[in-house]
Amino acid sequence: MSERPIKVLIAKPGLDGHDRGAKVLARGLRDEGFEVVYTGLRQTPEMIASAALQEDVDVVGLSILSGAHMTLLPRVCRALRDEGLTDVLVTAGGIIPDDDIPALHEAGIDRVFGPGTTIGEVAEYLRSHARSRGDA
Amino acid sequence: MTSAEERGRDLAERARSGDRRGLARLLTEIENRTRVSEAALRVLYPMAGQAHLVGVTGAPGAGKSTLVAALVRAVRATDRAAAVLAIDPSSPISGGAILGDRVRMQEHAGDRQVFIRSMASRGHSGGLAAAAADASAALDAAGFPFVFLETVGAGQSEVEVASIADTTVVVEAPEMGDEVQAIKAGLLEVADLVVVTKGDRPGAQRTAAQMRAMLSIGAADHGAADAGPDMSAVEHHAAAGSDVSAVEHHAAAGSDVSAVEHHAAAGSDVSAVEHHAPAVGPDTPDTAPATHAMSRGRRRPKRPQVLLVTAPTGEGIAELVEALDRRLAARTSGALESARLARAAAQLDGILTERLRSRLHDPRLGIEVDHLVRAVAGHELDPYEAADRVMERVAPAR
Repeated sequence: MSERPIKVLIAKPGLDGHDRGAKVLARGLRDEGFEVVYTGLRQTPEMIASAALQEDVDVVGLSILSGAHMTLLPRVCRALRDEGLTDVLVTAGGIIPDDDIPALHEAGIDRVFGPGTTIGEVAEYLRSHARSRGDA
Repeated sequence: MTSAEERGRDLAERARSGDRRGLARLLTEIENRTRVSEAALRVLYPMAGQAHLVGVTGAPGAGKSTLVAALVRAVRATDRAAAVLAIDPSSPISGGAILGDRVRMQEHAGDRQVFIRSMASRGHSGGLAAAAADASAALDAAGFPFVFLETVGAGQSEVEVASIADTTVVVEAPEMGDEVQAIKAGLLEVADLVVVTKGDRPGAQRTAAQMRAMLSIGAADHGAADAGPDMSAVEHHAAAGSDVSAVEHHAAAGSDVSAVEHHAAAGSDVSAVEHHAPAVGPDTPDTAPATHAMSRGRRRPKRPQVLLVTAPTGEGIAELVEALDRRLAARTSGALESARLARAAAQLDGILTERLRSRLHDPRLGIEVDHLVRAVAGHELDPYEAADRVMERVAPAR
């Protein structure tokens, strides 16, 4: 059996309506051989966690441009934990000041990708960090 | 080995008991065709068979996901749970996929009685994923009374869903072709129900009227259905007038069929077609002995009921759920039974093929597949002889 594709959920939490970046990333990861679930705009943390659970994804990628990342991203992490999804890799991208990154790591975001990150860099990071799944 | 079996039985148990995480993990195992999934399915299969497995297929952008979301809404309104298995195509180049059907189903994201799972086709042709039948069985055994199976955007010949689903719903967007498209062989032939979507668009009612007219041809023997009552025939009689045949007979009588279509276009909803049609066409029982004789001894074409819906507003959706429920209620009467026999045959066939293929590469049998392939490519060996040599090793004839 060939190695199965890594499954990624790309989600946009909160109210900003700009999903071009998320779509470009989804498309790019498709071309890198990932199976990408795209859920659309304006997701609540609970909706994201529920989708991650039902889809049994390896990675949750959060795109946020609204500036509300310090509020929303920790909530997404908490919602994922509440669903028992502790072995899912969580990444974030968008407009996130460097100063905020340590606190986001603390909250459970594994990696923050800033503007200018290439698709190849994201793909490489996901391949090397998507956790081998436990018997959850 | 044993641990795979234990884990399979454990996941089966968790899926049965309503543990959504267990179910999600089980679906991943099924998708990856693992030993764990096989062990789980051995446990679950006897418990499946309760759900109504509804296939939803149609061209890309026809409105499948939006229709499924609306169906889930209507099913939830009757306090029943629903599962969705949505297939999107895998890239033939990278193997990756965009699974985007959830975008249209966001309203159900917070509802714990709704379980939505996306699945990539992973190189399987035919409109589904290889794991679709097994995944459906797992969702069925997990206790969902409805399992909606949404195919990839289908072309004219991606009809596999009909061999998996109890009921096949073919989704048609308005203005996607003329009446000739409606009489072509393929996708429309496997429809148990045809749903014309985007009912608020100009042309939607005309499309529905054309579908009705064209798909009812050859419907002469609905009184003599070979395997129990034909649901579309029942529907036909239940309607206020003999709607479809009215259109048909009107045309046959040499009158202008566009008159009917004109009424349809002028009406405010699809019932207008049914209401007006008998007025302009003779409401005669439709009998056509010649057609009947011709179809004798062959499989009869289905006569799908045609429904017009506007999914975002929910118009026509309750009627669609009623049609589905009627079909399930008649489950012992033939139509559903033959669908289930077809599914069982397809499942068995799939598993046998998979097992045969894996034995091909079993080193103990010493089949040099590469060697044979090269010999065939070089025209040193004909492909039939090569297959015979493989079969002698894999399953020697007595």
